[in-house]
Amino acid sequence: MWRRYLLWFAHEHIDFRHAEMQSIISMLDIPVKYIEEPSMKKPYWIVELPTEDHLKKIANRSVLLKSCIELWSHAKTESELHENLKQAVKNTSGKWLTTQDLGVVGSNSQICPSEQIEACCDLKKSFKVDVETFCKHFTMKEKVHKIENFSYLPLKGPVKLKNPDIILSYFEFYGVDPNNVPDKPYDVFFGRWVTDGQRDLIQHHSLKRRHFIGNTSMDAQLSLIMANQAQITSGHIVLDPFVGSGSLLVAAGHFGAHVWGSDIDFMMLHGRTRPTRVGQKVRASEESIRGNMKQYSIDSRYLDVVISDFSLPMWREGLKFDAIVTDPPYGVREPAEKIGIEKENYTLSEEHQINHIPSKVEYGLPHIYSDLLNFAARHLEMGRRLVCWYPLVREEYKEDELPCHPCLRLVGNSEQVLSKLTARRLLTYEKVHDNVPNIPVDPNSAAHNFREKYFSIGEISRKERKERKAAEIVANAAFIALAHNKKNNLHDK
Amino acid sequence: MKLITHNMLTSKCLKGVITGYPLAITATVVKVSEVEYNPEFISRIIPKLDWEVLWKAADSIGHNEGLPPTIDPKFEDNEEFLRKAHKVLLEVEVEEGYLTCPESGRQFPITKGIPNMLLTEAEVQ
Repeated sequence: MWRRYLLWFAHEHIDFRHAEMQSIISMLDIPVKYIEEPSMKKPYWIVELPTEDHLKKIANRSVLLKSCIELWSHAKTESELHENLKQAVKNTSGKWLTTQDLGVVGSNSQICPSEQIEACCDLKKSFKVDVETFCKHFTMKEKVHKIENFSYLPLKGPVKLKNPDIILSYFEFYGVDPNNVPDKPYDVFFGRWVTDGQRDLIQHHSLKRRHFIGNTSMDAQLSLIMANQAQITSGHIVLDPFVGSGSLLVAAGHFGAHVWGSDIDFMMLHGRTRPTRVGQKVRASEESIRGNMKQYSIDSRYLDVVISDFSLPMWREGLKFDAIVTDPPYGVREPAEKIGIEKENYTLSEEHQINHIPSKVEYGLPHIYSDLLNFAARHLEMGRRLVCWYPLVREEYKEDELPCHPCLRLVGNSEQVLSKLTARRLLTYEKVHDNVPNIPVDPNSAAHNFREKYFSIGEISRKERKERKAAEIVANAAFIALAHNKKNNLHDK
Repeated sequence: MKLITHNMLTSKCLKGVITGYPLAITATVVKVSEVEYNPEFISRIIPKLDWEVLWKAADSIGHNEGLPPTIDPKFEDNEEFLRKAHKVLLEVEVEEGYLTCPESGRQFPITKGIPNMLLTEAEVQ
């Protein structure tokens, strides 16, 4: 039975909302009817789905989704909302009607079918009403007053505040600008709570309690969003070729994938880098990617990590992954390096072979991304996804200059702002063709030197700041001297 | 290093090496630990494997666990077969030892279960 639902989102990572939801909806192959065009300016979607089960499946994956309500009434004002609900009790047509269908002149509201309300009117079904307001705070007393306005509803069961059979939700939306909150809400909603999204998982996977973390461990929420965008599900084989401390593998493993990781950093994979946590002097023995998987009881899905240089081939030809999720080094907080040496005709004597630590040269971002896209085109199953971060200077961003490959179609592109000038974008590519030759490094992308720009921008602003400060000091000194002179002059007189 | 990983690794990063597969295993420490059995995953991974390489690798470190040298044509329904494959693929691990490139003889060490496939700067010139 198609029903209308209100999907309420967290007001965080707004640019990722659409990409995450679309990935989940297409992965689960769920037909969705949009009753209202989704907008970045509103923290909610109004949709129709074939069954409540479909809704629960979506909510079971999304970390940006907060809660889901079976919609009974939606209006611009409180009085209209109540009016609609009163009409709804009489709407026995079994479908949503407009007030015009019912012969009410001069208004254009939507009235839900009465059976939705009747299903909650059982004598034995306990209930409670929750009030939630977005962008405005109310006292408990004010909330109780709002709840009492619903007393006309034909609910016969007892009120029970703890674990009731039915939770009814009343939402008031006061816009998204906290500096400009109106007296009356823009939109009001009422309905039956169905389920919550996976917000709790963010706490459960929090880096604060993760055994093994590094300097650039991806936070739990973004890792889970990446796993969703990669459409990872049970039985999949997933690779992170710049694995680091393995945050992305934890999220992939959570959704049922078996995971491989590789990294050039020997010390990191052996859990012997300097501890990142404040106050921690030495790494504990169980600190490793495997240890992290164990912490969340998903170590049965840990395959292996391998120390390797991504610029060179290692995996067997024909091996296909179900997803590649990765956060390559940007060269700012961790070096972007591959094995190499500037010297020509370098040789290594045999006595130095054992335990030799090879020297490294810069592995520039254009090379990393061209290798990554070529690798994905070769080693992804058809129709499967590569999800990776891409750092850039905000004012230079042009969508058509993002890394591209003829076998891969860009299906997701969301921005996370890092500073006033820099950002990184989460890019999601889907493999759409097989058998395409290697594409050489894009000559234009050589202009993309994030590291250099990152530091030179910082340099400029630092310089400016210093100059401004120096000018201020000079001005102050002059002012003080002037005041002093005046004073002296007065004394002289 | 699990044998499922060994089945996918090559040494073709080396100059002059064409396939670099399969790598020979020399194991000094082998560990067998219990891993939750997941028949769905095993059935999915079997077609991706080089079975002959898997069997020989398992046999070479003394852990073929009674696995047949060829794939059962109806492996999806053969639980005994899947359990044996599960054991060889996911439970047997080479903790210490090395991998040897079949073409050049270059050795790659495995320490604490992690293979180190890095080359030296001289080898990448």
